[in-house]
This record gives sequence, C-alpha cells and structure tokens, in this order.
Amino acid sequence: MQIPVEGFMYPNEVELQWSVLIVLYPFITGLVAGAFILASLERVFRVQAVKPTYRLALLTALAFLLVAPLPLQLHLGHPERSLEMYLTPHRSSAMAMFGFVYLWYLMAVLLLEIWLDYRRDIVLKSETSTGLARLCYRVLTLGSSNISERSLRIDERLGYFITLIGIPSAFLLHGYVGFIFGSVKANPWWSSPLMPIVFIFSAMVSGIAAVMLLYMVSTRLRGRQIDIRCLDKIAQYLMYTFVIDFSLEMLDLLQRIYEADESFRSLDFMVHTRLWKSQVIVQILLGTVTPIALLGLTQILKLTETARKRIYALAGCLTVIGIFAMRWNVVIGGQLFSKSFLGYTTYKMGFATREGLLIAIVLMILPFGILWVLVKLLPPWPDAVSLSASGATPAHGTS
Amino acid sequence: MDITRRHLLVLLPAAAVAWKFVLAGTPEASPNYKLSEHWWSMLIDIPKCIGCGSCVRACAEENDVPDGYFRTWIERYHVADWKIERPEVESPNGGKQGFPPNEISDGKNFFVPKLCNHCADSPCTQVCPVGATFVTPDGVVLVDKNYCLGCRYCVQACPYGCRFINPKTNTAEKCSLCYHRITKGLTTACCEVCPTGARQLADLKNPKDPIHEFLRTHTVQILKPHMATGAKVFYNGMDGSVR
Repeated sequence: MQIPVEGFMYPNEVELQWSVLIVLYPFITGLVAGAFILASLERVFRVQAVKPTYRLALLTALAFLLVAPLPLQLHLGHPERSLEMYLTPHRSSAMAMFGFVYLWYLMAVLLLEIWLDYRRDIVLKSETSTGLARLCYRVLTLGSSNISERSLRIDERLGYFITLIGIPSAFLLHGYVGFIFGSVKANPWWSSPLMPIVFIFSAMVSGIAAVMLLYMVSTRLRGRQIDIRCLDKIAQYLMYTFVIDFSLEMLDLLQRIYEADESFRSLDFMVHTRLWKSQVIVQILLGTVTPIALLGLTQILKLTETARKRIYALAGCLTVIGIFAMRWNVVIGGQLFSKSFLGYTTYKMGFATREGLLIAIVLMILPFGILWVLVKLLPPWPDAVSLSASGATPAHGTS
Repeated sequence: MDITRRHLLVLLPAAAVAWKFVLAGTPEASPNYKLSEHWWSMLIDIPKCIGCGSCVRACAEENDVPDGYFRTWIERYHVADWKIERPEVESPNGGKQGFPPNEISDGKNFFVPKLCNHCADSPCTQVCPVGATFVTPDGVVLVDKNYCLGCRYCVQACPYGCRFINPKTNTAEKCSLCYHRITKGLTTACCEVCPTGARQLADLKNPKDPIHEFLRTHTVQILKPHMATGAKVFYNGMDGSVR
C-alpha cells in the first residue's frame, strides 16, 4: 500500500508506528483515572452530593482498567513476550515502569477498594443467593464472612486509607502515560514537561464526563429519578477541571507559538492542514470550547431541570469526543511529520486488520460489556441490597 | 535428600532463572577479539560521496534488509543560495539505485549517507522496556531480535529515523555496524563497497586508527548535536542545512 508523502521524510518514517490502538490506550486509562478521582471526591473529600455515583465510578474504573492492556497487547509485534516487561524490566524505560504502575493501581488500589466496599454485600449475597451465583459470591468473599459492626468499621477505615493512596496513584497512572509521550525528546510534538499534567487533567475531565453520562443512562434504564443535585455537582466539577485542562493546553500552545523553535514551522503547517479537522474543529471548538460554554451557561442562567439534564448530556458527549480527539492528535499527530521537519506522511487506518477500526470499536465496546457484568454481580445502586437479609449496620453506599 | 515443599519453592525460581540463561545461549566465538579494546564509530566524508547507492545495496544484501526499509540510506540535498533552513531533500528508495540526474543548477548539491549513529547515550536504548536494545562494551548499539517485544517505542525515540520494524520478524531493526564482520577483523559491508572511501569504519580506542589524525585536522560534525545522544558517526564537510 502506497502511503502519500508530502515533502521529505526519512525513508523509515513513512510508515506510522503507533496506530489507533495506541490512541485508545491513553483514552481508556484516562477514563479510569478520572472515574476514580470522581469516586474519591465522595470518599475522601466528603462531597455527599456525588454519592450516588461513587460505586458506579469505581466499577467503571475497573471495567476500563481491565481492558486497558488489550490495545497494547494487540499492537505488540510479539505479545507472547509481553510478560518480560515484568520479569526482566529495563529500569530506565518509562514504558517498563508503567507496567508496575498499572499493576499497583489495579491490585493495590482499585480491586482492594472495591472489595472492601462491597464485602458486606458480597457476604449477604453469598448467603441469600443460590446455585452458581452463590458459588461466585462465596469465592468473592475470599473466605472473609465476618460482617460484624467492628469488622465493617475496619473495612470502612481501610477503604478510606486506600482511597487516600488511590488519589496520588490515579494521578500517577495517567500522569505516567503523559510522561511516556512527554519524555520522547526526539519528538517535539510530544516532548513537553507539561504533558503529564495535561494528561492528568484531561483524564479527570474524560472520567468525570463518562461517569456522569453512565449515571444518567443507567438511572434512566432503571426507570429511576436522576438526582439532579448530584448531577449539578458533577457538572460543576467537570467545568472547573475542564477550564484548568484547557488553560494548560493553551499555555503549552502559546509557549510553542512564542518560542517558535526549529520544529514550529513544521508543526504549525501540520495543525493547519492534516490536523485541522481533528484538532481545531473537533478537539478545540466542538470538544472543548462548546462543552465549557454549555456548562458555563448552566452556572450563569437559571434553567429548568430538564434543560440542565439535556445540556449536561450534550456537554458530556462532546467532552468525551473532545478528549478522544485530543488523544488522537497527540498519538497520530506526533507521527505525521518528519523528524527532519521537511515533510509529512499520512495515517491510513485499516478496517478489519489487526490494528484496524473494527478492533478499536470492539475494544471500546468491551468495557461496557464488562461493566454490565460487574453491575449485575455487584449492583452499585443504593437500593440494590435488601437489608432484611441481615441485621448488620448499613455499610458505606447502601441505604 | 528429601525435597520438601519449602525446597521446591526455593528451587523452582532458581531453575527458572538458570533456564533463562540456557535459552539465551552463548555468543558466537571470536577468540582473538577483545570487546574492551574497541570503541567503534564511522566517518562519513560528505565531499567524497557520489550517491551511487552501492552502500545501500551492499547493506541490504549483507543483512537481508526487506524492501522498503533501510539500515542505511543516502539523501541528496539541494540548498538554494541562502536558504539554509529550507533545503530540498530527496531519497528515492533510500538512494538504493542511485539518483536521477540533477536538473536544478542554482545553489549547491551534495549527498549525505545516513545510518544508525551508535550513540553512546542512545535514546532508543533508554526507552526499550526489556533491554532488547543495548550498547555493547565496544560501543555498538544492537537489538536482540529474540527478546524484542516489537512495541516500537525505540523507533519513536530515535531522533534520526534509523529504526524500523522488520515485517518478517516483527521486531525492531537497525544498522548493526555489521557486528558479525567487525568482530572478525573485517570492515562493514557499506565501507567495503564504497568506491570513493566516503565511509570509513573507525575504532576510537585504537591509537593507530587514522580516524584520530583525521579528526584533528578536519572540521567534523555529528547529526543533531543538540539532542545530546553521544552520536558516533562523524561527518566531514557537512553543511549546516543537514538534519
């Protein structure tokens, strides 16, 4: 397949190395980190208004985190060797160390926090359910069936402590993804000390927007009333975080324009041609300025509940699209220009290929499938567990 | 001795580590070659390069380089008058079949052969997640294709565009400075065939190597010195427009 090239590329540069799957990877980990940080608002900062989304945010984070390594695996030339990253890691490699950050976050933070938070429900369900479900819940108790008041208090305290560790861990998780790109000094589009910070804030933005949308959709599907106070609060946080994220990105942009170093002319041309639609139109105008303006409107004007819900839904969708476009522009954009700054190549995405669109779509649907299973297994809704099954004190998140 | 569960727990990881060493094998024997006595580099004499493409062809032949990928290639520069920041560069099929006659008469034209710079502080080695890319004690950056994951991080990290993924092995590949030859006292395939001597293999640790005299008496440069990679391919007569 002939790849259209404009100007001069070093001969080995014509073919793009990182495909749409590598776009998915920071997008997915961003959703994980953002969802967790939203959950921690309730747990650590005692923002009671967002309580209805606490467990949903945790399960969303888990569902996406389980899928996060898949695009990487599919992308590797030798996926069968991927475990070598854990067995014989090269300590100077940002990518190798990320494996441990991922594992730490999955095992020490997310799984532990979810288990502690759900332990009471799991024990109750292991006693009341039958058949395969009973076996499943019994396994999930991990042999710990004590749900006395004292035991639940310990769970609560430990959960709080894990969330405390979890917040910097979530920052580390996505900040580190930013570092993987930001530390590549050969690539001026990526190489920036702001990259990890921008990644952290954009992660929070996408995670908060995704949980907000999931909360709206799931509540509607269950035929329940949306807690508008909760939604207002989430939207408020979304707007604040988005403003910080956008400011950081603009700061980076202004710095580049003013400095106008050797790469500037080349990158500027790329933004005005190959990235015009995905960066200027989709990411900045449609995916950033519009949702910030919409969310700002809800803060300034006195709108009805229905109008606010519609605006939140629209702003949430645009935000998620905008952040996906941001990941696309970072990953794909960073490979479209030559390191000689004299030419440009083109990204041709296959459809039913190993790293094609079809696989990308499947990988984006998969977390929702996992979330559906998780929600069935561990319902995050406050009214999900019948208290009559036990005389125990209601645990965190149940009523 | 009875093997208890505790013994087994100790023995199994030890056996796994030992097995890794067995799998790694032993390096090919070069009895008279001492790694510590060499520090390899290359000298490119730009005014001598005629762009014939012999080096590219010899490299592809010697190292079984797939079509469309290059361990070494040649670029033709055209710099019009004072436009040093905007040179016109071309490298049709890496210069493998040479170059068509030049139709632009104004300004200056010259050829620049490129290859891995075998950087002493190579960014590709730094980023490799499993250490499949490494610097040998005699200063050559190599890739262990039996260990490489094919994650392509090294390709992104190389500022010179010297790396590619070999579609046959799905692993990273680049110039090995014909390591299989130079450790046996031969020169690289590209240097061997260069009709003008524009490419010369150099051993910086050998005091008798003519490179020392050359470096003392000529103005030489490396590519992209601001990248601070410790590049060891030296260019004589390189124009400021080359990148």
